[in-house]
Amino acid sequence: MSKQIIIDGTLIEVADGTTILQACEQTGIEIPRFCYHERLSIAGNCRMCLVEVVGIGKPIASCAMGVGDLPPNRDGSPREVSTKSPLVKHAREGVMEFLLINHPLDCPICDQGGECDLQDQAMAFGFGGSRFVENKRAVEEKYIGPLIKTFMNRCIHCTRCVRFMTEIAGVEELGAIGRGEDMEITTYLEHGILTEMSANVNDLCPVGALTHRPWSYMARPWEFEKTESFDVMDAVGSAIRVDARGREVMRILPRNNDDVNEEWISDKTRHVSDGLRTQRLDRPYVREDGKLRPASWAEALAAAAAKLKEAKPERIGAIVGDLAGAEEMFALRELMTRIDVKNIDCRQDGAKLAPSLGRASYLFNTTIAGIEQADALLLIGTNPRLEAAVFNARILKRWRTGGLKVGVIGEQAPLTYPYDYLGAGAKTLGEVAEGPHAFAKVLKDAERSMVIIGAGAYARADGAALLGLSARIALGAMEGKDASWNGFNVLHTAASRVAGLDLGFVPVGKGALNAQDQVAAAVKGKLDVLYLLGADEVDLANKGSDSTFVIYQGTHGDAGAHRADVILPAAAYTEKSATYVNTEGRVQFTKRAVFAPGEAKEDWAIVRALSAHLDHTLPFDTLTTLRSAMYAVAPHLARLDAVAPADRKGIESVAKLKGSTIDEPFVSPVRDFYLTNPIARASAVMAEMSALKKSMNAGSRLSAAE
Amino acid sequence: MSVRCTKLEETGWRTRAIVASDAEVSPRFKEVLALAVRRLCPEQPLRFEFTSGNLAWAKETIAKYPPGKQASAVISLLWRAQEQKGWCTEPAIRAVADMLGMAYIRVLEVATFYTMFQLQPVGSTAHIQVCGTTPCMLRGSEAVLEICKERIAENPHELSRDGRFSWEEVECLGCCANAPVVLIAKDTYEDLNPELFDKVLHGFEKGTPPKPGSQIGRQASCPLGGPTTLKDMVRKNAAKV
Repeated sequence: MSKQIIIDGTLIEVADGTTILQACEQTGIEIPRFCYHERLSIAGNCRMCLVEVVGIGKPIASCAMGVGDLPPNRDGSPREVSTKSPLVKHAREGVMEFLLINHPLDCPICDQGGECDLQDQAMAFGFGGSRFVENKRAVEEKYIGPLIKTFMNRCIHCTRCVRFMTEIAGVEELGAIGRGEDMEITTYLEHGILTEMSANVNDLCPVGALTHRPWSYMARPWEFEKTESFDVMDAVGSAIRVDARGREVMRILPRNNDDVNEEWISDKTRHVSDGLRTQRLDRPYVREDGKLRPASWAEALAAAAAKLKEAKPERIGAIVGDLAGAEEMFALRELMTRIDVKNIDCRQDGAKLAPSLGRASYLFNTTIAGIEQADALLLIGTNPRLEAAVFNARILKRWRTGGLKVGVIGEQAPLTYPYDYLGAGAKTLGEVAEGPHAFAKVLKDAERSMVIIGAGAYARADGAALLGLSARIALGAMEGKDASWNGFNVLHTAASRVAGLDLGFVPVGKGALNAQDQVAAAVKGKLDVLYLLGADEVDLANKGSDSTFVIYQGTHGDAGAHRADVILPAAAYTEKSATYVNTEGRVQFTKRAVFAPGEAKEDWAIVRALSAHLDHTLPFDTLTTLRSAMYAVAPHLARLDAVAPADRKGIESVAKLKGSTIDEPFVSPVRDFYLTNPIARASAVMAEMSALKKSMNAGSRLSAAE
Repeated sequence: MSVRCTKLEETGWRTRAIVASDAEVSPRFKEVLALAVRRLCPEQPLRFEFTSGNLAWAKETIAKYPPGKQASAVISLLWRAQEQKGWCTEPAIRAVADMLGMAYIRVLEVATFYTMFQLQPVGSTAHIQVCGTTPCMLRGSEAVLEICKERIAENPHELSRDGRFSWEEVECLGCCANAPVVLIAKDTYEDLNPELFDKVLHGFEKGTPPKPGSQIGRQASCPLGGPTTLKDMVRKNAAKV
């Protein structure tokens, strides 16, 4: 049912449940606001959005008044709203004056300056001066976490942060104590907040009360070069904006993408930016007499090429890491094909996913936004809160609307929403798949059920069998229901993984070695050369592997570089344009915000240069020609920001996977949320967060950081 | 009158405004400053447990609300916890939160919002709440407050030396016709003047509290010295009976 309303003389029709503020936005009229936020519940406490409704004496808070709640005129004609009348102007000026009564005039030293809602709206809707001659309220600083710097004098009590923590992050720790003018935002006894999403409150804060501690006093917002890009910290592919000054990435902010991250990003996505500056590989290195020494590009490439030429193709291996873009994987695959190397793998975690089963077998088929239609959810061997924090917030969002049943097989971790804990491992999974388990009925009875299998299950030795069981559960639940609904989902943890599988970066033919086998072969001395493209999670600590010549191409001095015999320095995700495919199969590409440090080069160019040294020059000299060659192999990579539904046959072929399972509990691969990749491990902020989380888990209470 | 806060003195969780110069500020305004921010007392007991009687009562109270809405009982439970202990302790806040499945911060919000929750220890014998709203003020509540300051403690919420008494100024207690009035526990003592209030205090000190209600002997808020209007009707009614 729709309702009619006249706003500033324009008659519009709005859907039932629309508020006056939303109706105004639909007609293109901007209403100032502080407490109202599209993705949070309505509080109606800042009073900035006052409008006049003709016939009602007092101005009305438009954010909290539904169009349908206005009684119609006596003759049944639609109500008239005015947003420009003298009453409204006066009301806004009055509210603004009240808000500024206790707000300190410290804009020149405030980090929010330049991107402050209060500043902007005071300019646009405020009164020229203040008549307040009394003293301003003074409020103590609070400690609400290491990522949030507080200046509580500036707080205007909009409670957006409180609502975010409760409704989106799912951690009910922030609150408002006291009342009236003396209301204060704080946590219980000033405990720090440690959720994976906490820094979003700094974005939400319309004033400078909550700002980002790691960036405090570093720069002004107007000094930044802003580049729209995508995140690679997890496989969600959140939309981000990279703000750089000069050659440095200063900060990373979220961008709106309703299909993926809405407008939130995890703390890791945001505060990993200092990791982009430290521990960087900025020049090639060659190992001589057991020590790495700086070398020129020509030297390093020649050393790598010599070893690759020397070794027999079956004694060469190549593994891609978690942050690699599709371009470099494609280039490396082409090169390896040319030198006849079949031992290639993009699954350094040992995932048993295979492109040969069809694309649906390794995608998050329901899509991230699709969860909002689901009514039953089974999580298998995954802790989405750690593996894909933003996605977990989406599950919470769905749960809060009611009617979602969640079952978990795996770790009994706090997920911010209640769930039925079904069991720890394969035994329970088998019971649900075979049918006797009660949750099997829940999934079958649900109109739209989802099964999400995580790396805690599919990356185990018995991963294939577990995938098979999960696919059978999903197929059973989908049987005879809406054919457009695909409830089988694989939650990846690495940004590079789906593109790697799309490009077939897996062992070629029978007998070729996967990542685990390559490492095992290296330990046995059966592998001469190992090419690591940003792969740092490969364990080469075993002395047996010392005879293997390791070529490491990557960005940071992490595990891979420590073991390397040749280091080829590469560009990180903010320094190159690279294609990433997120867990749902959405193709997005990053843009270059800054140049790579020192002599580091873009990955595809390094592979291309190496190919010339190997006398197998790859036929692309520019990114454009590389991309057209890549699109010829995987045409869907050309369709940016699109998710093509994958053929359900893929799931049927997964369902045929059988085998014995190991009776061990599923364990999520993410043990430490803050330190999952080389960039994060180089970040001081992430290290601090990780240490804090550990000390908090140990039960000790945090003291105020400042 | 102008006051300037030069600094905030930190004493645990409590902040007190230090006023630039005591001379230029009326003591009353200083009280207002000290009252403004309600914080938990830095010294807290280690634990809180409802007595078995109170626990049974609490369970009954929670059961009054439909499932999922147990949080509605928060004020009742906090109030009972305060009655049991005399004041609302931090362990009590946690205990109530745990009983109702609420986050601690949500219960702290409630406890700090309502000034009827005492966040610091109160006098063991009596906590005197003096009404300072207009009718009481016009009828002399300021004199009552002066006595509190002299005989109990200089500042509101401060314990007397022997720890038996404390006082605070509160807003309207709803007995304006019998102003000025003080509230001690659940009883009001009305129609006070300095002498009568002194008597009330003495009574509590000696363990023989006076009868609650009007201290000048009238019933409720009936006119002093008998009816002043409708006397004929009263007489007629009396004759009928």
